[in-house]
Amino acid sequence: MAETALALTELGAVFFVLGLLARVAGKFGVSPIPFYLLAGLAFGNGGIVSLGGIDEFSEIASEIGVILLLLLLGLEYTATELVTGLRRSWLAGLVDIALNFTPGAVVALILGWGGVGALVMGGVTYISSSGIIAKVLTDLGRLGNRETPIVLSILVFEDLAMAVYLPILTTVLMGASFLGGLEALGISLLVVTIVLVIALRYGSSVSSLLDSKDREVMLLNVLGAALLVAGIASELQVSAAVGAFLLGIAISGSTAANATRVLEPLRDLFAAMFFVVFGLATDPATIPPVLGWAIVLAVATAATKIATGWWAARRQGIGRPGRLRAGAALVARGEFSIVIAGLAVAAGAVEGELAALATAYVLLMAILGPIAARVVEPVAKVLLRTKPAV
Amino acid sequence: MNVEVTLLPGIGVRKDFALASGRRIGVITRKDGANELIVSRKDDPDATQESITLSNEEAAALGNLLGSPQLIAQLGEQHRDLPGINTRQLPVRKGSRFDGRPLGDTGMRTKTGVSIVAVMRAGQVQPSPTPGFTLVSGDLLVAVGTADGLDAAAKILGNA
Repeated sequence: MAETALALTELGAVFFVLGLLARVAGKFGVSPIPFYLLAGLAFGNGGIVSLGGIDEFSEIASEIGVILLLLLLGLEYTATELVTGLRRSWLAGLVDIALNFTPGAVVALILGWGGVGALVMGGVTYISSSGIIAKVLTDLGRLGNRETPIVLSILVFEDLAMAVYLPILTTVLMGASFLGGLEALGISLLVVTIVLVIALRYGSSVSSLLDSKDREVMLLNVLGAALLVAGIASELQVSAAVGAFLLGIAISGSTAANATRVLEPLRDLFAAMFFVVFGLATDPATIPPVLGWAIVLAVATAATKIATGWWAARRQGIGRPGRLRAGAALVARGEFSIVIAGLAVAAGAVEGELAALATAYVLLMAILGPIAARVVEPVAKVLLRTKPAV
Repeated sequence: MNVEVTLLPGIGVRKDFALASGRRIGVITRKDGANELIVSRKDDPDATQESITLSNEEAAALGNLLGSPQLIAQLGEQHRDLPGINTRQLPVRKGSRFDGRPLGDTGMRTKTGVSIVAVMRAGQVQPSPTPGFTLVSGDLLVAVGTADGLDAAAKILGNA
């Protein structure tokens, strides 16, 4: 009985502190993710307070957090949007991969973390945070800007790339050979294609299967289906999160909107737990030694994202200020970088330092990203005044 | 008019067009149902000068304001050669006794000889409404008739 009491008190304290942090983040208009990570660092081993007794719960809760993050990401998009986005942005998407995967991979190789480490760190620096970016663009009233669809379709490409990348990562982390990795690539490309076709053709029947007017029924249906699909996907080594993402894509229309509404609070709760658990697993003492590299990566990958946005916007005939805005908007990294690092750490296939570097990097980028998007306009004015007009 | 429709993945749909002055104006329909009126900046046509969130009701009211004078002008133009025929817009006010009742209940044609040629609602035009067409407060009836008939019609709707 005493154990339960302790666990409840600890959990309560954790959520309460996270609530306070989220409020602070909201006040300054920044993403709460870095705050959650810091809270995890403070609670965890080597931190200020040590938590015991809720390991089991927090572990499964953080798994569910990842599944819900990806499920709701999938729910946001319709299959049509994904296909048009892909058609519009595939070239920019490839440039994005080349420019932003490389810095992370190179640093991992320099630090001697080998091929697996390079695959993980490349993913961490590649993927922008669609959550943070969509919010920043909305807050800054830039949804009507001409460069915004370009930014959004790059994000769509990145999210689809995740659906292919995560299964490969999962197999490689389990120690599969190069061939095994290729097989995973083949399987995941096939699965993504099949799901897109099903979603385009039969999206409404998938939706009506899960739809209900009753909020409670809806919640249990969709959550149940997501965990089931995630479990099966994980069994097939396609990665649980990707299964949930694909399910989200297949659900469309009003069902998707309703499912989002009922699942959002759950996502916020479990995802917060996921960030804390990731922070918990990282010893704060390991961060200062990698801070230098984190700053190098932050500067380099901020520059490469700006270059990506600039290039993509220029191809669509956007003027110089718009190109800079598109680039700066893409700088933010967040939840998915942590999802990738989290997978690697959980598999135990990488150095502990990698978790520390990923944490420090995301802490920097989740804060730097929205700031970059905000200050780009005055900066662009000064910068572009000195250059001759195009 | 060439309206450009752009998908904003995860957010909604943007519909906009270029004005003669070079600025862009348009509407973003968000997935959560919100409408945003957007106007581009003068010095940078890629950027948004103003983005105003409108409720469905507000968007409808704005649509009526912009759309109805044009419709009235068009009808007036067509009736120019028929002396004595006028076009007027008659609003169904909030709390009107015809709110939620069919058009036929007004007995407009029988009592005044005035024809309702269109109803404007939510920025959309419903041409030639039948007597069974249900009126809602906020509707604008486009009426054609003699000046006296139109005055009587306004009285029936409780607007005079």
